[in-house]
Amino acid sequence: MARNWEEFLVEKVLLLAAISSIIIILLIIGFVIQQGIPAMEQVGPLNFIFGMDWSPSYGLYGVFPMIVGSLGMTALALLFAVPLSIFGAIFLAEVAPKNMRKILKPTIQTLAGIPSVIYGFFGLIVLVPFMRIHFGGSGFSMLTASIILTVMVLPTILSISEDALRSIPLEYKEASLALGATHWQTIKNVIFPAALPGIVTGIILGMGRAIGETMAVIMVAGNTPIIPGSILEPARALTSNIALEMGYALGLHYNALFATGIVLLMMIIVLLVITNYINYKRKVTVGGGYL
Amino acid sequence: MENIIIEVKELNTYFDESHILKDVYLDIPRNAVTSLIGPSGCGKSTFLRTLNRMNDVIPTFKKEGTTLLDGKEIYDHDVDVVDLRKRVGMVFQKPNPFPKSIFENVAYGLRVHGNNDKKDLERRVEASLKEAALWDEVKDKLDDSAMGLSGGQQQRLCIARTMAVEPEVILMDEPCSALDPISTTKIEDLIHKLKNEFTIIIVTHNMQQATRVSKYTAFFLHGEIVEKGLTDKIFIEPEDKRTEDYITGRFG
Repeated sequence: MARNWEEFLVEKVLLLAAISSIIIILLIIGFVIQQGIPAMEQVGPLNFIFGMDWSPSYGLYGVFPMIVGSLGMTALALLFAVPLSIFGAIFLAEVAPKNMRKILKPTIQTLAGIPSVIYGFFGLIVLVPFMRIHFGGSGFSMLTASIILTVMVLPTILSISEDALRSIPLEYKEASLALGATHWQTIKNVIFPAALPGIVTGIILGMGRAIGETMAVIMVAGNTPIIPGSILEPARALTSNIALEMGYALGLHYNALFATGIVLLMMIIVLLVITNYINYKRKVTVGGGYL
Repeated sequence: MENIIIEVKELNTYFDESHILKDVYLDIPRNAVTSLIGPSGCGKSTFLRTLNRMNDVIPTFKKEGTTLLDGKEIYDHDVDVVDLRKRVGMVFQKPNPFPKSIFENVAYGLRVHGNNDKKDLERRVEASLKEAALWDEVKDKLDDSAMGLSGGQQQRLCIARTMAVEPEVILMDEPCSALDPISTTKIEDLIHKLKNEFTIIIVTHNMQQATRVSKYTAFFLHGEIVEKGLTDKIFIEPEDKRTEDYITGRFG
């Protein structure tokens, strides 16, 4: 009898833990929406999302340049980080000697734990002057932010991809080698395709981190709320928009920052739906379901 | 003397410090079935994996002695492991089809050896599946995933995949140990069908299986070959007491 009570209790506690995290997230989203809606209503949702000018002192609230900034930085960062981390993961999982792997893997995982302000500070002191000297301009640019973001998302994508590659049963590898395939053919044709769902998970998490990153981006992106003419010009991300102005925003301006948050949330949802759809089309399942 | 395809002399193998195979001498006759029997951990699988150099994957593996395939040492520096494995195919204990379609599983070996001619691939895939007695069961679902097949079908698919690259020798490492009796019978029938075209070396824990499928048998114990020769001879009148004890089930 006591056993049954214990079972019952444990199950309920686990349920509560699962539900509470979901409830907290829903409450936060609800609050952001509630605070942001007035701005959306006053400015008009289309004017807000597609408006080209962000100038609170003149009552202009258009976040389109920031949407372009966020998407551009994320896309560029993934463009650099995905091939780098996949090749890195293949090296660690398949090529690196055991001892080298023992040192490299924890080192890379540590990179994921460094606070973003440190990356931002490094970018500000080292990367910005470097870009200024070699590419001209101020050095604060969308490209500079993407490079910092690349370094930040690299460990996430790399270590998840490496885990995925290493979890492929040895039997597949042996079967391929026994048929006379070379090591590289085996990686390319058997191990990599089998690990793809895990690698996609890594890329999605990396994308989430890049699009949500605030501090490091603020410190190196330049933050002008204008669509950049090239990747070497300054840009502002949606996250930066909130962080930069929340200290002094009042009234409509204050609500507009929350509305920026709504746009950011929507963008993340849209990106997830798109990746999900691609996975579904290609029959890639992530952790037992489509993400 | 019959036609010998593989000649092993004074073979010693090690993993780190542990001495696995000790002074093994064994001749494998061409186009016949040879069984390797013996208790678990006696070195049968290591011996098998020495013949297609699958042990090379393990960094601590060390090998001494002679292993000739058609008179040529397979551990010589100028031997291309890829070519060797093309000539000496392998079927594993657990059916291990790739998570790809049935067609792609059989075409895999051909593709990695540079064959990308669609017509030719189709022809060879069909021929291999027919040879493996699987064609009738899968001909309408070649594009389905191989993971949807039953264990016995998967194992025949693995045999078809191995045969597609046209090896001379097929190594089978307990190919029926994970299968039900009906699937086992099908694989044994298949071995009978293939024995005139291929040299087959099969590791088995099933004494009846050894007598049913093989012409020759070698009995391994603690890394040494205790007795070898015609299967009928070994099972009817073994010379060594240990062989007799093992095949009558007194140990192992």
